[in-house]
Amino acid sequence: MTEERTLLEVQNLKLYFKTERGDVQAVDNVDFTLPTNKAVVVVGESGCGKSSLAKAILRLLPQNAGEYSGQVFLDGNDIMKLSDEQFRQNVRWVKMSMVPQAAMNSLNPVIRVGEQVAEPIIAHGIGDKESALNQAREMFQHVGVPIDFISRYPFELSGGMRQRVAIAQALVTSPQLVILDEPTSALDVLTQANIMNLLKSIKNEYSTSFVLITHDISTSSELADRVVVMYAGQIVEVCESHQFFSKPFHPYSAKLMASVPRLRSSVEPEFITGQPPSLINPPTGCRYADRCHMRFEKCVEEPPTYQLDGHQVKCWLYEHANEVKLK
Amino acid sequence: MNNNPEDETVQTLNERNSSLESTVQNPTDEILLSLQDLHVWFELRRFGFGHAGYVRAVDGVSFQLYQKEAIAIVGESGCGKSSLMKTILGINIPTKGDVIFEGRSLASMDRRGLREYRSLVGYVQQDPYGALPPFMSVQQIMEEPLIIHGVKDRAERLERIHRVFEEVKMTPVEEFLPKFPHMLSGGQQQRVVIARSMILNPRLLVADEPVSMLDASVRVEILKLLRNLQENHDLAVIYITHDLATVRYFSEYIFVMYAGEIIEKAKVEDLVFRPAHPYTHALLAATSDPDPKNVDEFQDVPPGEPPSLVNPPQGCRFHPRCSKMIAGECDVTTPPEFNLGNGHLVNCWLYK
Repeated sequence: MTEERTLLEVQNLKLYFKTERGDVQAVDNVDFTLPTNKAVVVVGESGCGKSSLAKAILRLLPQNAGEYSGQVFLDGNDIMKLSDEQFRQNVRWVKMSMVPQAAMNSLNPVIRVGEQVAEPIIAHGIGDKESALNQAREMFQHVGVPIDFISRYPFELSGGMRQRVAIAQALVTSPQLVILDEPTSALDVLTQANIMNLLKSIKNEYSTSFVLITHDISTSSELADRVVVMYAGQIVEVCESHQFFSKPFHPYSAKLMASVPRLRSSVEPEFITGQPPSLINPPTGCRYADRCHMRFEKCVEEPPTYQLDGHQVKCWLYEHANEVKLK
Repeated sequence: MNNNPEDETVQTLNERNSSLESTVQNPTDEILLSLQDLHVWFELRRFGFGHAGYVRAVDGVSFQLYQKEAIAIVGESGCGKSSLMKTILGINIPTKGDVIFEGRSLASMDRRGLREYRSLVGYVQQDPYGALPPFMSVQQIMEEPLIIHGVKDRAERLERIHRVFEEVKMTPVEEFLPKFPHMLSGGQQQRVVIARSMILNPRLLVADEPVSMLDASVRVEILKLLRNLQENHDLAVIYITHDLATVRYFSEYIFVMYAGEIIEKAKVEDLVFRPAHPYTHALLAATSDPDPKNVDEFQDVPPGEPPSLVNPPQGCRFHPRCSKMIAGECDVTTPPEFNLGNGHLVNCWLYK
């Protein structure tokens, strides 16, 4: 934990969306770091801002993006300072790329998959069409797609194969960081296991780092080194995966862990009552307070983030636990 | 309905006897639903005409479902579990074999019989948002089945809606009735779907991946709700899923389906801790529990993909992917059902 080089550092990242009823605070003051060759898993319920976080890091902003601020350091450089064109040329798909949600359906149906995998190389001027296709062929081999599939169209491939193609597309420019948005959620169990195996071997072979966004905690444990728990646009806990899977600190993380149905133990899973708050006018205090079983008077104020035993936890419960205050 | 009633009793008795040999059941339990050598094949056509083979979506499935019993059918996409479900619901017509509900064959029912049958079988769809018409209010959605099944009195309809909504914990009821599906959260939408499936007081509930589109935190809540309904109304439930982890909390029996066939039937505990079929082993190995140790190990996944259902492999359909394949046996003859005791049945030559 000490001698690791930090690859990605996100500080005070904010991404709001403009709507008629006010700003949606999808990503609100998010901080976390990711060391080289590690995988951080972002978990949370749907609508908690996980996917928006991915978009904010990669600057893939929709039309209605409002406030977008904070710092994102990639290898020590603040990429938020770059102009859009610089960002496109030097960062996106060169240093970090993304496997979008439902990636298997995000392929262009009328272009052969080989050309789609080769496209980032051509678009970034790294190579001509010939060499790009060669590289695509090589990539196909790495991700386990038969090479003769290169001239097929997406509809001729199974879901798992298409997912592999989408991963190949993200890896073809050898980025340092790949953001995966729900890479396995639409897949079958065996295909899921296959894709997780593939990601593991890519991580070992190429020293790639991953940001894995998911709501499937069981599957995420296959890849996670570090876990980031998001709730209503904010990060409520960051810790190493063994800490999260054994004893998370934040009451929300604890409930989230308790809600996971387990195959090999007969512990009854619990559920979290209530619903996450609207992100347009979130509560002023702790955003989880309404649903929290440990709530007390203090929770009407917004809790700071405490650093405790390697956990970074945003909860008043840890105020007096000889902490070092972060901010 | 065309059946001679005496034939029916004989048939039911035979079924019960044959199933007694294989499964340990209370003999006083009534069989609610029985599938007999069910085949559902879809014809492929070349250029719109000209026969080009069959997709054998369901190929020889038999089982009995007793009253108040919850079973789960587990399998990957494309294994035929949805076709099986649609056949049970009376949407697909079996190519061969029969679906028998309370002693009556589905094939012999006329339109009125089928309509009555559909009121006795509730259906919980996979995607709640897709299952609810976006232009109808919750009240209209809930009233529709009642109107179709002849509940003419508006006050009675509303009363029944209130009763079922309270049961699925959609309260205060008045607040939800005028809403449209898009105004509800995913969990609430699924509750409406469940309430709709329950409003005609069915005997059997068919739930097709009822929680796969929902958030992890809501999933357990919906599963518990379904289980409560099952217990309070003595429902029989067929739970179709690909997620083995949720099955444990729900059903007594698990049937594993592969390439159109059921290859293993067992009680939940037996299947999870003493799986017999190599495919079941693979499914279990691929289902992870949250454990930080998972990071260091690769999961054991059989090579290849499920076979085409147009030309399924000869013999055991899993043999091309199976590490324990016995040459000359598995690739030649389809394995019959072997009984391992305690209601544990497996179609695999390893257990002869």
